[in-house]
Amino acid sequence: MDLLGVGIAVLSALLLVVLGRIRRASAARLRLIPGLTRLYRAFGLSVEDGTRLLVALGGQSLLTRNGSSALAGLGLLREVSQKASVSDRPPLAVAGESALALLAQDTLHAGYRAIGAAEFYQPVTGRLAGLTPFSAAAATMPMLDDEQVSVAALIGHFGVEAALLADAAERSNVLLIGATGDPAAQSVLYATAAESLIGEELFAAPAYFANRPMPAASLAVQDILRWVIIVGLLLGAVLKVSGSI
Amino acid sequence: MRSVALMFAVVAGLLILAGYFIPPLRGIQSILLNWAIIIAGAATIVGVLNLILVHGSRIHNREKGGAYSAIVLVFLFAAFVFGLILGPDHPQMRRLINAVIVPAESSLMALLAVSLIYGCIRLLRRRANLMSTVFLATAVLMLVASATLPFGEVGVLNGFVRPWFQHVLALGGARGLLIGVALGTLVTGLRVLVGADRPFEGG
Repeated sequence: MDLLGVGIAVLSALLLVVLGRIRRASAARLRLIPGLTRLYRAFGLSVEDGTRLLVALGGQSLLTRNGSSALAGLGLLREVSQKASVSDRPPLAVAGESALALLAQDTLHAGYRAIGAAEFYQPVTGRLAGLTPFSAAAATMPMLDDEQVSVAALIGHFGVEAALLADAAERSNVLLIGATGDPAAQSVLYATAAESLIGEELFAAPAYFANRPMPAASLAVQDILRWVIIVGLLLGAVLKVSGSI
Repeated sequence: MRSVALMFAVVAGLLILAGYFIPPLRGIQSILLNWAIIIAGAATIVGVLNLILVHGSRIHNREKGGAYSAIVLVFLFAAFVFGLILGPDHPQMRRLINAVIVPAESSLMALLAVSLIYGCIRLLRRRANLMSTVFLATAVLMLVASATLPFGEVGVLNGFVRPWFQHVLALGGARGLLIGVALGTLVTGLRVLVGADRPFEGG
């Protein structure tokens, strides 16, 4: 049995439950992430001026190792769908994988149901863009113009094809904020997108839009685990240098 | 009913997670993952129906780009019919894929090179700060160190600078990013697994 793995998973789950209860009692204080602050402001403006927010979730199945970044995208989608469902142009969600597209539809629908406006939900606002990364990017590019999108959030697993979307967004005068779990695509988005989220910042997106304790508690757990790993790495380095291991 | 479904989902999720750490549970984990793969396969059919619905409504509402939607649907049905008649491994089906999908995606890949160069040029106009300057300088240095120059290779660039940037700085940075992403993955997964946060559910 892998005791270390079990220990980390159990510790994380316990911290999540405990911190979730603590956060319920007090308002969460989140550190400033410029990309998310800009996304939040731009989202508010898009609702006011009757334009659309597009959330692209990438093309990685949730059954794969890289699929979890799409869960952060779904979390963001849930929050924006709840806040902008009854606006003139409700948010659009696109995915490059069928099961993810279905989840995007369910998420949008859940947002409508949560505010008691289920009858306004349009199934075509959750779309399967394509089944390969480049075909999904090619299908998403014209949507930026055709659907009167003013803000696009790429939150999920993207590869270097994200640069095509960033370029299309620039030409259509759309503010594009990109976040992906792939390091190569992160550097591409840093160069081409208006704002990009680096590393684990992509998992912070739902917490900045939600007024619920759990997303904020999960950020706190990530911070605690990160410090545990930093201390472990430093300790390992010291022991190695001193010849103890 | 919803709580029963939630209970099944949580138990299945916990069994799959436990399967990674406890070897005797790997059999159950494998069965559950196979079920998930079959369900994901069925989702592809629903996804294609969604594609037809989206493009069909664009044609029906005479929206901008409706002609392209019509082309998509015609080729979708044609490929489907050919696939049913000939089978996916037939040489003509493979030829169809190699003659359409591969060149189209290769063209997009070529376009990507231009987009990236243009993006790098715009970077300094958009974010003129130290990080952007370091980013661009590193990219140029790595290109020069990797390219075949007219006067031959520059020994120090190719033999020392490039490997040091790739194997020390880039690898160290990438590992840091991946550890962060792994922690985010773990906590987000647990949040969904314990039923504390399910974005696609509720009301």
